[in-house]
Amino acid sequence: MLQVLLLTFSVVTVAHAELCKPDAQNAFKVRLSIKTALGDNAYAWDANEEYLFKAMVAFTMRRYSTKTTTQISNVLLCNVTDRVSFWFVVTDSSKNTTTVPGSEVEAAIRMNRNRINNAFLLSDKTLQFLKISSTLAPPVEPSTPVWLIVFGVVLCLIVAAIVFLVVAGIQQRKKKNKESTERENLEEKGEVTITIENGIPCETLDLKAGHINGVFSADDERFTSL
Amino acid sequence: MDRILIPEHMWSSPKEDGRPKWDNKFQYILSCIGFAVGLGNVWRFPYLCQIHGGGAFLIPYFIALIFEGIPLLHLELALGQCLRKGSISAWRAISPYLGGVGVGSWMVSVLVSLYYNTVLTWVMWYFVNSFQDPLPWSVCPLNENRTGLNEECYESTAVNYFWYRKTLNITPDIAESGTLQWWLVLCLAACWAIVYLCTIRGIETTGKAIYVTAIFPYLVLTIFLIHGLTLPGATEGLAYLFTPDLNVLKNPRVWLDAATQIFFSLSLAFGGLIAFSSYNPPKNDCEKDAVTVAIVNSLTSLYASIPVFSVLGFKATTGYWDCLDRNIISIINEFDLPEQSIMRQNYTDWITFLNSSYPEKIAGLKLKSCDLQEFLDQSVSGSGLAFIVFTQAIILMPGSQAWAILFFIMLFSLGLSSMFGNIEGVFTPLLELQIISKSIPKELLSGIICLVSFLIALCFTLSSGSYWIDIFDRYAGSLPLLVIAFFEVIGVVYVYKIKRFSEDVKWMTGRKLNLYWQITWRFISPLLLVIVFVAFVTLQIQKPPTYTAWNPKHEDFPVKEEKAYPPWVQAICVLLAVLPCIFVPLVALFQLVKRTWRSKDPSFLPPEVFSCQEVNRNFSHPKK
Repeated sequence: MLQVLLLTFSVVTVAHAELCKPDAQNAFKVRLSIKTALGDNAYAWDANEEYLFKAMVAFTMRRYSTKTTTQISNVLLCNVTDRVSFWFVVTDSSKNTTTVPGSEVEAAIRMNRNRINNAFLLSDKTLQFLKISSTLAPPVEPSTPVWLIVFGVVLCLIVAAIVFLVVAGIQQRKKKNKESTERENLEEKGEVTITIENGIPCETLDLKAGHINGVFSADDERFTSL
Repeated sequence: MDRILIPEHMWSSPKEDGRPKWDNKFQYILSCIGFAVGLGNVWRFPYLCQIHGGGAFLIPYFIALIFEGIPLLHLELALGQCLRKGSISAWRAISPYLGGVGVGSWMVSVLVSLYYNTVLTWVMWYFVNSFQDPLPWSVCPLNENRTGLNEECYESTAVNYFWYRKTLNITPDIAESGTLQWWLVLCLAACWAIVYLCTIRGIETTGKAIYVTAIFPYLVLTIFLIHGLTLPGATEGLAYLFTPDLNVLKNPRVWLDAATQIFFSLSLAFGGLIAFSSYNPPKNDCEKDAVTVAIVNSLTSLYASIPVFSVLGFKATTGYWDCLDRNIISIINEFDLPEQSIMRQNYTDWITFLNSSYPEKIAGLKLKSCDLQEFLDQSVSGSGLAFIVFTQAIILMPGSQAWAILFFIMLFSLGLSSMFGNIEGVFTPLLELQIISKSIPKELLSGIICLVSFLIALCFTLSSGSYWIDIFDRYAGSLPLLVIAFFEVIGVVYVYKIKRFSEDVKWMTGRKLNLYWQITWRFISPLLLVIVFVAFVTLQIQKPPTYTAWNPKHEDFPVKEEKAYPPWVQAICVLLAVLPCIFVPLVALFQLVKRTWRSKDPSFLPPEVFSCQEVNRNFSHPKK
C-alpha cells in the first residue's frame, strides 16, 4: 500500500515537473521588480507570496470562463530565482496531466491584469508577464487643445492693447489738430507778436507771481555775459 | 525787451526739429543692449566655447572685442548721434556716393526681421504648449491602431518628434514645400502683432517696452543659474565648458569664429544702432556708451553660458545614468540576479567579472557602451539647443511646466528686444525718405511694415520653412554685414576723413579721440574685416553648400540626411548674399553718372560739404 502511494506520488511529481519547466509548452515566465517599485516598503518574496500568485491566477482563470473550476493546486510554479522570476503553467482541472492552452491563459490574464497588479502593489512594468504584452492606455485628450486656450488669451490681450494705443493716438492727433487750427486762425487775423526776453518767449515766464525767475539762472550759455 | 517775429524753427523746443527722443539715457542704453543681446548669446556663444577649447576661446574672443567690436560699435553710435538721421539718410549725408551703404543695411534689416520673427514664432508655439501636463514633447503619441507608439517618434525621441513633426511638420527635402501649417500661421500673426504693439510709435513705445524685454531675461537667467547649479551633473558640464585647451589657439578657425561671433553678436551694420543713437541729444558721450554696451553684451554671453552648461551637464549625466541603468537591467534579467545587486558604482567590476565567466552571454546582450564624455560631446547650437536639447533637459526637472514657461518667455524677450532694433533699422530710414508723405501717421506706417512682413514671412511657415530660415541665416544675415561694415569704416575714415570725424566726436563727447580709436578705425578694424571676409568666403566656397534634412525614410534615421542644395536654391543663396552688397557700387555709380550729367549744366553748384557741428548748430541744448 505504502509503495503504491509512493509510486503515485512520484509519478505525479514527475508529471508536474514535466509540465512546468522553462520554455515548456503553455508556460509563461513572470518577472517581478519589487524593490524598484516599492523601494523601502518592498516585501520579501516567499512561499506566501507564491501562494497568493497561484490564487490570483486561479481566480483569473475562473473569471475568464465560468466553465472552468481551476483550483489553486492547478497552478504550478517552478524555477523561482532571486531576481524574482519564475515560470508558471496552469493545468486542466479535469485532467491533471494536460495544461490549459497558452492563448486562454494569456487572454484571461490580459483581462484581469489590473487586479493582479494591484494584489501585489505593482504595475505593468514591474510585474512583467513576458510574452503577454499589455494594452496601452489611450492618451487623455481634452476637447479643446490647451495650447489654443492659452493662445487665445495672449492674442486677446495683444489686440486689446493695440486698439487702446491706436485709439489714444487718434485722440491725441485730433487734439493737436484742434490746437494748431486755433493757432492758424489767430495768425490769419494778425501777426503773432511774441515778446522776447533774451531769447525766451515771455509767455513761458510767470510775471505775475512773485517767485524767482528761472530765466536768469547763471549757467545758461544762451545768455551773453554782461 | 525785443518784439520780433521769430521763424518757427528757432524758438521750437529741442523736440521739434520733428525728431522724437529717448525719455532718458537709461532707456537708450537699455535699447542698445537689448538689440545686441539676443538669442545668439544663449545658443551660439556657449556652443563655440565648448567646441573651441572652453576657457581658451575667451582669449580670441576678447581680442576680437577690443580690436573689432568696440571700435565698430563706437563708430556707428557716433555717426548716428552726430548726423541725427537713420541709416539711408545718414550715409547719403556723409557722401552721396556712400548712400548705397545705408540702403544695403536697410535691406539686411528687412531680410533679417522676416526670418528672425519666425524663430520667435517657434518660441511662442513652445510657450503656449508648456501649460500642459505632461509636456507634449515628453511622451510619444500612439500609432493609428493603438498597438504601439508612433513609429517616427519611437525611432527618434519624443522631443525630436514634437519638434520636427508637430511643430515644423517638416518635409524631407527643401524642394517639397508642403502646405502652410495653420498653428504656425496663428503664432506668426501673434508675434507680428506683438512687434506692432511695441513699435507702433517708434521709440516712444519701444522705449517703454524695452524695460521689460531687456531686464526680464537677466532675471530668468539668474533663476536658471541658481537652479542649474543645484542639479546633479552640473559641475561636470561646467568643468567641460571651461576647461581650457590652449592648443586650439593654433587653429585659425577658432580666431575666425571669435571674430564673426563678436561681429554678429553686437548687431553691427544693421542700421539699427545708427537709428537708436540718432534719437540722442548730440552732446552725449557715445564713447562711454559704446564701451558699456559691448562689455555688457560679452558679459551676458558669459553669464548665460553658465546655466546653459549646468543644464547640459545635468542632461548628459542623466543620459549616462540611463544608459547604465538599461545595461544593468539587461544583465540582471539575463542572469536572474537579485534586484539592486548591480549598482552604477560597481557596474564595471561586475562587467569584467561576467565577461570573464560568461563572455557569450554578455556578447549576446549587445550592451551599449556608456561614456559620459560621449554624452557631453553631443554639442548643439542654434535652434536645436533650445528646442531639442534644452526641452529634453526640462522634462527631467521636477516642476517642468514652470521651467519650460520661464525658459520660453526668456527666449521670447531676448528675441523681441533684438527685433526692436531690426524694426527701427527699417522704420527710421523710411520715415526720413521723401517718398513717405508727412501726413501718414506713424501708427499706419508701422502697421503697414508689420503687415507686409507678416505676409512675406508666411512662406517660412510652410513645411520646408525651417530649411529656408537656415538659408537666410547663413547667407543674408552674415556676409552682407561684413561688406557693409567694411564700407562703413572706410567711408567714415577715408571719405568723410577721420580728422573731421575726430573733431565731431570731440565736440560730442568733450574729449579728444585717443590713440586707440585712431589706430583701430584707421587700420586695424578695416584690416580685420577684410581678413574675416576673405576667410569666410573661402570656407563657404571650399565645400558645396549642403543641408541636413529630417527624413524618416532615410536608412540612417534618426540621423539627419545630408543633401546638396538644388541649383535654383543655390541661386537664391547667392542672391541673398549679394543683393544688399550690390547697392553700394550701384548707388555710387548712379551718383557718379548723375554728377557728370549735372556738371555739364552751368548753373550747377557742387553740394556743400558739412560737418556734424554745422548740422547741430541750431539745436538748442537742454539744461544739464
